[in-house]
Amino acid sequence: MDKIGIGLCGSYIPIYRLDRKTVAEIWGRGSIGGERSVANNDEDSATMAVEASANCLKGSARDEIEGLYFATTSPVYQEKLNATLVATALDLKREITTLDFGNSLRAGTGALKAAFDSVKSGSMKNVLVAAADCRVGYPRSDQEQAFGDGAAAVVVSQENILATFEGSYSISNEMYDVWRNPEDTYVRTWESRFILGEGYTNHMVEVVKGILKKYNLEPKDITKAVMPAPNARTYKGLIQKLGFDAETQAQDPLLSSVGHCGAAHSLLMLVSALEDSAPGDTLLLANYADGADAMLFKVTDEIKKEKRYRRLKDYLDQTMMLTSYARFLSYKGLVEAVPGEPFRLIPSATVTWRDRNSVIRCHGSKCLECGTLSFPIQRICPNCDSKDNFEETAISDFEGSVFTFTLDNLAGRSDDPVVVQTIADMGEEKVRFYGMMTDCVPSEVKIGMPVGFTFRKIYDGSGMHNYFWKLRPLHTGGNE
Amino acid sequence: MGSIKDKVAIIGMGCSKFGERWDAGAEDLAIEAAYEAYEDAGVEKEAIEACYFSQVMAPVIGVGGTVAADSLKLRNIPILRNENWCASGHIALLEACMAVASGAYDIALAIGVEKLKDTGFPGLGTGRGMHPVYEARRTSPGSFGLIAQRYFKASGLTVDEGKEVMAKIEVKNHDNGSLSPKAHFHNKITVEQVLKAPIVAWPLGLFDCCGNSDGAACAIITTAEKARDFRSDPIYLKGFGISADAMLPHFRPGFSWASFDSLVNSSHKAYEMAGIKNPREELDVAEVHDCFSITELLIYEDFGFSPRGRAKEDVDSGFFTREGGLPVNIDGGLKCFGHPVGASGLRMTYEIYKQLQGKAELPERQLKNPRLGLAHTFGGPPQISAVAIFGNEKG
Repeated sequence: MDKIGIGLCGSYIPIYRLDRKTVAEIWGRGSIGGERSVANNDEDSATMAVEASANCLKGSARDEIEGLYFATTSPVYQEKLNATLVATALDLKREITTLDFGNSLRAGTGALKAAFDSVKSGSMKNVLVAAADCRVGYPRSDQEQAFGDGAAAVVVSQENILATFEGSYSISNEMYDVWRNPEDTYVRTWESRFILGEGYTNHMVEVVKGILKKYNLEPKDITKAVMPAPNARTYKGLIQKLGFDAETQAQDPLLSSVGHCGAAHSLLMLVSALEDSAPGDTLLLANYADGADAMLFKVTDEIKKEKRYRRLKDYLDQTMMLTSYARFLSYKGLVEAVPGEPFRLIPSATVTWRDRNSVIRCHGSKCLECGTLSFPIQRICPNCDSKDNFEETAISDFEGSVFTFTLDNLAGRSDDPVVVQTIADMGEEKVRFYGMMTDCVPSEVKIGMPVGFTFRKIYDGSGMHNYFWKLRPLHTGGNE
Repeated sequence: MGSIKDKVAIIGMGCSKFGERWDAGAEDLAIEAAYEAYEDAGVEKEAIEACYFSQVMAPVIGVGGTVAADSLKLRNIPILRNENWCASGHIALLEACMAVASGAYDIALAIGVEKLKDTGFPGLGTGRGMHPVYEARRTSPGSFGLIAQRYFKASGLTVDEGKEVMAKIEVKNHDNGSLSPKAHFHNKITVEQVLKAPIVAWPLGLFDCCGNSDGAACAIITTAEKARDFRSDPIYLKGFGISADAMLPHFRPGFSWASFDSLVNSSHKAYEMAGIKNPREELDVAEVHDCFSITELLIYEDFGFSPRGRAKEDVDSGFFTREGGLPVNIDGGLKCFGHPVGASGLRMTYEIYKQLQGKAELPERQLKNPRLGLAHTFGGPPQISAVAIFGNEKG
């Protein structure tokens, strides 16, 4: 059996950051320091997983992916697979295995372990593991400040491996420390000394010591320990307890810049570690919740060839501040601001299903007669009138520029009143796309501005989420 | 192509008071317009052989001709509802004209009714269009706002210059509207006011957008031969053009957003039928679709009122004012009447009809001996344009 490991990786952090002082001041309490990421009001765990995965897959052959494992504790559907939405938006082929992993912050490492097992067994060659989370802490709680929103994705495969999977060790433990009942919006916690000491620290120590013993390693053999932590102080204590050097061996837990991204955080830190690693490095991943998972990776020479489109560092550098706590609450769906005008159109499951290749896969039609590329799919070519003579073309990777736009004050919600209606020419074929621009400063939008596609939620209606593609400014620092 | 030039005439028209008609339902508005038209034409309701009814807003499923049937008690005749976005009123009128020209009916009624102020929305708002997601956030100001910057670029105008030209159009329309008793708004405005107004869909500000109103208008049509049996001053249909763009402009590859085929084609077809070679010289008055100031500006060029890229000069020189070479929107336009969608085309025709008869309500705004007038609506994403040209002499 050939080596298996991680072939591709990618991350995604929403553009918005909330200074924790903003929250602290509202509640007359202390800030835990730094800032946290906040998903835009058109983002959720599925769209963030699409972002991280698209980032991970950019430039590679998507039809080689045979499985998608999606991990989150904030699924957009309670019943209905979330992974199929992510897979379809990623334009993966239909003949794949899709599975959701949830209910625990170990869902990310659990999905990763399952992917290694699937590839190792030979049942699939390449499995995409995507994790995304946007959990909500009680107003005024530490968690409200500590949590962040984010996503990460890796492809588990047998070829062109960046880091080989060397082994794993897991413990299962039943206790009420951090949990949510089905009807709960907020994460519940027991007394912090219990959850941080008996829960987190003791189990992390047990699992790390366990895996080191299993594979005859010493703490000094580990180049980077990648260990999500609930807070900086507990993390510091854990590093000390395990005998790691805090300066050189501890991976940045991303707590002050992003916050703890739930089930995605283990993969996010792993991707971050991989991006900074060198051939021969040994990475230890350990992740706590209801027990603990630990895994070992050995970084290969392939890491030098790795050219990711956007690195985690790019997401950390390019941010927009969410300056108001009120907007944070309404973006999280906790406070309903005055809604915009009700939509005149009633969402239709059949229309969305029938048009899924355009709506979700972002396919246009390329006329086989004259070459005109149109979106959405047109049966009769708008240029030469050829009928049913086209090939579907995926355009979600296309970049382009704004042809015209308007800043529409009527279309939005009261907490986000300006909708940037945008017409753009995308790709060399200049396929014409109309949509909303997101993650932008409306007053900075200009004709000719470079834009790319992003998969977002358009509006909720009839009990359904309605997803479609939007445009967003292309940020510099991309590594095309 | 065939022609129905001088084959049919309007022998009576009615127009309700436009505005926030909290007091009146769609049925009341229909009655207000229709009974003025019956009286104007001197016909009894029983003489009407067919009704062409225009109404755009409908709750989810169709509403057919029920509003017209229920309110007007038109018995045992076809009532055919037309919905073609903002051009619905004109298209209902032209359907009635074609039906009479065909010989199927001697007297037909066209009526447009729209009750926007029962919806609870301040504008023609969000979530229009035909698809649950492609156009889910499209609004009217948003769609027409997309035109503005491309038009400015095509005409070599800076945004500030473009905004000022648009402002002058609105100042003109408000000046005209101040003299229109049936208009929704009667306030005069200044360029400064327009430029300082809140933005609705940048670069369109509040005064660049027409109001949201209730209203109804009605026309009674008969053959050109019979018209003089009813009145001495019937108004003849000289030509018309209706044109729809082949694909939603938003997704149409390469679309310029600075000129619309539907505008160019519909006007040219109407000119051809009416025998007009030079609309700038030959037309005496025009009511064009000023849902937004940018629309009126664009139309000046697409209709050949101004040479391509030179509408600004005509606006600056006052060419389209009441005293100018070609008065446009002399009643205040959609800007002052608001835009009860299905009624607008007939309301604009009402103004042309009255002007050509020399019967504008106030003498201050009656043009001197106009002979040929144009009325036009442009609707949808936008996508469809309808033009009708009328004259007071049978050729």
